[in-house]
Amino acid sequence: MRHTKIVAAAAAVAASGIAATTAQAEELTLCWAAWDPANALVELSKDFEAQSGHTMNFEFVPWPNFADRMLNELNSGGQLCDLLIGDSQWIGGGAENGHYVQLNDFFDAEGISMDDFAPATVYAYSTWPKGEPNYYALPAMGDANGWFYRRDWFENEEIKAAYMEATGQELREPQSQMELMQIAKFFQEREIDGQTRYGVSIFTERGSEGITMGATGALYAWGFKYETEPGTYQMDGAVNSAEAIEALEFYKELYQCCTPPGYTDAYMEQSLDAYKSGQVAMAMNWFAFFPGLYADPNTGGDTIGFFVNPPQNVAASTLGGQGISVVSYSDKQDAALEYIKWFAQPDIQAKWWELGGYSAHNSVLNDPGFVESAPFAGDFLDAMGGVQDFWQEPAYAELLLAMQKRLHDYIVADVGTAEEALNKLIEDWTETFEDEGKL
Amino acid sequence: MANLAESAARATPPSVARRVRGLSDRAIAWIFVAPTIFLLLAVNIFPLIWTIRLSFTNFRANRNREVEWVGLRNYERILTDSDIWLTMQATAHFLIWTIVFQVLIGFTLAWLINKNFRGNDFLTTMIVLPMMLSPAVVGNFWTFLYQPQIGLFNYIVSFFTGVDPSSFEMIGSVNLAPWAIVIVDTWMWTPFVMLICLAGLRSIPEYIYEAAEIDRASKWRQFWTITIPMVLPFLMLAVLFRGIENFKMFDLVVLLTGGGPGSTTELTSINLKREAFEKWRTGYASAYAIILFVTVFGLASIYVKALNKVKER
Repeated sequence: MRHTKIVAAAAAVAASGIAATTAQAEELTLCWAAWDPANALVELSKDFEAQSGHTMNFEFVPWPNFADRMLNELNSGGQLCDLLIGDSQWIGGGAENGHYVQLNDFFDAEGISMDDFAPATVYAYSTWPKGEPNYYALPAMGDANGWFYRRDWFENEEIKAAYMEATGQELREPQSQMELMQIAKFFQEREIDGQTRYGVSIFTERGSEGITMGATGALYAWGFKYETEPGTYQMDGAVNSAEAIEALEFYKELYQCCTPPGYTDAYMEQSLDAYKSGQVAMAMNWFAFFPGLYADPNTGGDTIGFFVNPPQNVAASTLGGQGISVVSYSDKQDAALEYIKWFAQPDIQAKWWELGGYSAHNSVLNDPGFVESAPFAGDFLDAMGGVQDFWQEPAYAELLLAMQKRLHDYIVADVGTAEEALNKLIEDWTETFEDEGKL
Repeated sequence: MANLAESAARATPPSVARRVRGLSDRAIAWIFVAPTIFLLLAVNIFPLIWTIRLSFTNFRANRNREVEWVGLRNYERILTDSDIWLTMQATAHFLIWTIVFQVLIGFTLAWLINKNFRGNDFLTTMIVLPMMLSPAVVGNFWTFLYQPQIGLFNYIVSFFTGVDPSSFEMIGSVNLAPWAIVIVDTWMWTPFVMLICLAGLRSIPEYIYEAAEIDRASKWRQFWTITIPMVLPFLMLAVLFRGIENFKMFDLVVLLTGGGPGSTTELTSINLKREAFEKWRTGYASAYAIILFVTVFGLASIYVKALNKVKER
């Protein structure tokens, strides 16, 4: 009898233990784009799984379909994602439409301070309305649009001499947008190692966000603003300013003069392909790809160089990157918040940078060894100091598609003038803001 | 609907009615017909009425805000939007030229295949292969063929004309892109038109040609007075099918050009998808869909009447 009681008690204890573990361990799904940093995050998250007992699943969607897929998921109140690393422009819609959980109370309770993260990333990835201390995401992946180039060609004495002869200047990393075009023109259709090479690969993609992200690199460098006064939605005089027109004309000329044939619908993947196949001397892309490019045994290492988006009137870069949010439709919000708490730790952020993710945590960025930690780290810091982002309004998709259309019509299809394109863009955006009740 | 129920009742054998006690033949007929009618109402009629209702509002499916009645504003915006008329033009260009090429080439192929020769069956199978492929495969496949640096299409054109293969871009040029999508659709769907024409040609009784021979009618006269009139209803049917299909063409063009360069190949279906599921202007997109529906329905009705007249002749 005594023996039976002991066995029964042991069974009860074991059963309660199993029950407790089962109740706490969750299967979390994290949704993001399918690209190099996502693989790094899978690796990093193994540490979280070991610590928490939760299991991490990942839903990675290729970039061209990422916005479509994820915004449809959010709009339909889907429960696929517990955590979402969504684009910076989604923050307005995520907050106003109730897709994201507001994190202020959680941050206060867990002692997570937004002062520990780079201000530009907090502003861009976390806050809504912009700059207000209402946080809907933790900065997860700092990013900006930068450039990389064939360092081996730039350092080749024969090519350098030819460039000096052609332009009277030294071949170097471009210090301005105009110098970038000059270098691109020099390389366009030049025979190097028996093959025809081209100047640059730039973003021209029509379907999602490509051409807007590329052209804004020039627009911001010329001093482009969306509004005459922030928050007024008054765009006439800002969007179609003389500087904006000049910048757009520059981007079109860069596309026409210096890209390889057939690059009419090119975004991240095509830019990488153009570079890796040895077609172009310079290419634009997100810093997120730079660790992979540098590590490439064929086209990385000493043969590749990196530079920040060159200034023209001002130093500025197009913002990329994302914050990590808890999806309000998830029924595993506690476990998802645990993940965010874990991810915000300085040592995890340091490991994130080591694995190839771009931490936005000050402890990583301000580390004395950071600039020397990778050949592009210094450029990344420079870029993040001057990043600008597209509208982050709830109607961002509509605003973005209008810009995609107007820019592609002007730059690639060669329809109308830059001024007409920007004026039409103002008309489109005005209509959107009127529908939104903001004008 | 009552007629439908009555005819169903008439078709119901008396024994069935006897087995179901207490129910009239008419009631039994309704029980059988009701699921179909319900499905029809739920899947076709209700969404149509709902879409008409939404088209008069500013509803957005992705927003939690009050829906306002905007009257005819969505319709007015669409019909006065020059960009929408450009997509209509692009659609008309695509529709007209694909049908012209598919009918001409499809009929010619059917005419040739209809002759008895060795390898006829094998050749027919080879010709119909493209229409068996998925549009996703065809779209990707032709994107590579059109690539200006490595694409086979450019090299073939270069071989025959002597122009530099990388000097022109089929899907990147404003002038060539509309033709690029016409070429691919023609390549893919001409076999369909050919098969319908072949059915028409094979349905012409041989004795009519024999009678014409006896009357010493030339081959040319036989072609215009026998072949064409007798194949015409089949041809018109093929045109109707291809017309409806190409009016709502989406997948192939999205994969080939994405509607670009600029908006050169942005057909109405692509534009409508952007409005409805990327910009989420649900009310506006509903009005757009209704306008397209009325256009297709109107044109198809006129066409079907013409087709019936041809068949009566």
